[in-house]
Amino acid sequence: MKNIPQKVAHRYLRHDKKFPHVWCPGCGIGTILGDFLRAVYSSGIKKDDIVMVSGIGCSGRMPVYVDFNTLHTTHGRAIAFATGIKFSEPRLKVVVITGDGDAAAIGGNHLIHAARRNIDLTVIIINNNIYGMTGGQASPTTPLGDYATTAPYGSIEPKFDLCDLAESAGASFVARTTAYHTVEARQIFEAALNKKGCSVVETIAQCPVSYGKMNNQTSAIEMLKWQKKHTIPVKQYRKLDTEKKQGKLVRGILVDKDRKEFTARYDELVAQFNKKKDSSESEKRSEEKKHDETKEKAKKEKQEKK
Amino acid sequence: MSTDRANIDRDKPVLLQGNEAVALGALDAGLEFFGGYPITPSSEIAEILSQEMPKSGNKFIQMEDELSSMASIIGASLTGKKSMTATSGPGFSLMQENIGYGMMTEVPCVVVNVQRGGPSTGLPTKPSQGDLMQARWGTHGDHPSITLYPDSVQEAYELTIRAFNLAEKYRTPVFLFLDEMIGHMRESVHLPKKKDLEIINRINPTVPPEWYKHFKNNPKYISPLASYGQGYRFHVTGLTHDEKGFPTNKKEEIQAKMDKLKKKITNNLDDLIQVEAFHMDDAEVAVFAAGLVARSAKEAVIRAREQNQKIGLVRPLTIWPFPDNEVERMLSSTQMTLIAEMNQGQLINEVKRVTYYGEHAKYIKLQRYDGTLITPEDILQRISEVL
Ligand SMILES: Cc1ncc(C[n+]2csc(CCOP(=O)(O)OP(=O)(O)O)c2C)c(N)n1
Ligand code: SF4
Ligand SMILES: [Mg+2]
Repeated sequence: MKNIPQKVAHRYLRHDKKFPHVWCPGCGIGTILGDFLRAVYSSGIKKDDIVMVSGIGCSGRMPVYVDFNTLHTTHGRAIAFATGIKFSEPRLKVVVITGDGDAAAIGGNHLIHAARRNIDLTVIIINNNIYGMTGGQASPTTPLGDYATTAPYGSIEPKFDLCDLAESAGASFVARTTAYHTVEARQIFEAALNKKGCSVVETIAQCPVSYGKMNNQTSAIEMLKWQKKHTIPVKQYRKLDTEKKQGKLVRGILVDKDRKEFTARYDELVAQFNKKKDSSESEKRSEEKKHDETKEKAKKEKQEKK
Repeated sequence: MSTDRANIDRDKPVLLQGNEAVALGALDAGLEFFGGYPITPSSEIAEILSQEMPKSGNKFIQMEDELSSMASIIGASLTGKKSMTATSGPGFSLMQENIGYGMMTEVPCVVVNVQRGGPSTGLPTKPSQGDLMQARWGTHGDHPSITLYPDSVQEAYELTIRAFNLAEKYRTPVFLFLDEMIGHMRESVHLPKKKDLEIINRINPTVPPEWYKHFKNNPKYISPLASYGQGYRFHVTGLTHDEKGFPTNKKEEIQAKMDKLKKKITNNLDDLIQVEAFHMDDAEVAVFAAGLVARSAKEAVIRAREQNQKIGLVRPLTIWPFPDNEVERMLSSTQMTLIAEMNQGQLINEVKRVTYYGEHAKYIKLQRYDGTLITPEDILQRISEVL
């Protein structure tokens, strides 16, 4: 692990982009961006080789500020755009930044198919349990009973566990972290960047403005403390009995397995054709050679007869 | 299927299905990435490409739906690859949001719509020309459209290549529309030798990365496009943006962007528009038809001419941008125009718009939307009814 110098994140920000950024005071997205940039630094990946692709939402605004190849797409489709980029140019490191609504509601189909294909994408889901950008409507991760501008009597829908979803769909790397746990988040992002295969990292972030205002949590500090109190590192968590797991979230690297990656599989398919081409060409060549040899032989015999 | 498509003898005519001609045209144009989702009557295009593309190391992927198909080809194009998808009505509807994204971000790619009957699931295996206005106004917001419309298998091949060339040249998604019957019928096609093909590639920037503005306005309104990973590290967004691609709310920059999108098309109409005039020199009655209907119309014209009836045909190969000037000129000396289309009246309004001469302008319509083709007999009969 590299030593992380102070203010290293600044090296990755776009200097020609007019700041300030769009995020509210106390928002968790900026912290996560910082953690991610420190992970990029310690991974040593070059700026030119990174493509950051996002969907729509507060989280989706991240790429505009960073000095990578960046693509801010349509709501829910970031993973689909990223699939086109990664598949057409596998040498690039493709990172997807997506919100909980973006990834699990409108874009849920792409999330599970990227995991099923196990295409080499680093998917960072910023889960603030709400539609932040549009003003606090319920999302598929809004906890049962919590309030949202479209769930004024409390949500009556159970929420998704995004990590379980990604794991069962086949992602080869799945992790959960929070905006509070900055060192852990950076380490997890780095591991996800280095993993060959579909990596899904759910990052819990506070949205004091849209989520908080509906749920009596307007202090970012209180919300960060909640993240600390209600999450348990995976090793510890797995030892707990079901009762003690109630109301808590497991944190850390949950899945890290070797599964063949999509673009590598395709390369193997292409290689088969190249092999066939090579062998059919060499066959042709050896046949031609044989043909020439018999011709030569016949010629010689003829001459000898003469 | 066992055709060796890579080694077709190009000295002889070959028998090809329309969808196959599109696939071959795309490969000849330099297709490097295809992302699609199966749908009748377009599926053969994907099937053939799934067979051919891995052989040359090019990328084929069957995506999970049409939204992601459209997204994937834009992503691939941003890495510098020529890319395409193919679909039909329901899929074309699903693609619309990301088509608009491609227009806004000026990303070259080709979208094939082999039309079937609609609305909704409609008539999967029957012909219709119900999507012509969707090609123009399918996605929200003001936007231009380039849509090409062949009338034969030969032309399907040729216009596929042209679609790629225009996409690359004008940095925009281009639509290739086929009628179901053209997609599925087989005709004899002359494939040109590869060395004789005119292939256009997008302009790459030559300036150093610090100077690069990937939407820089210039007199032609077309800006060079770098590829991801080349060192330019540019930003792409569907939000209205400035010349560097960063979101803007400034009215001058908004106007400039919108003008750029429009003018790169309207300033190049001569290059974009193709219209065929068939026996129009002395025509008193003109038939206006496109796609497969124009084939019937051509036959009707030939038969009418045998009877010394002065009938001609005007056929747009480019339906969008609509050939305003050409159609106006061609129809200016005729007494009557019959607009034949397999829908409830779409291009007729365009023809009326551009040929408004006052009282004596006479339009008759022949509209069929029962899932069957307009025949030469239908056209001749309609003309005889009014003459
Ligand atoms: C097709 C489409 N539908 C709806 C919207 C409106 N919209 C913008 S952001 C958003 C929700 C974003 O929520 P989330 O993904 O959780 O991101 P957050 O803002 O919370 O980071 C919605 C519904 C849109 N832009 N596009
Ligand atoms: S609305 Fe919430 S998620 Fe969006 S910027 Fe504000 S605090 Fe952050
Ligand atoms: Mg959210």
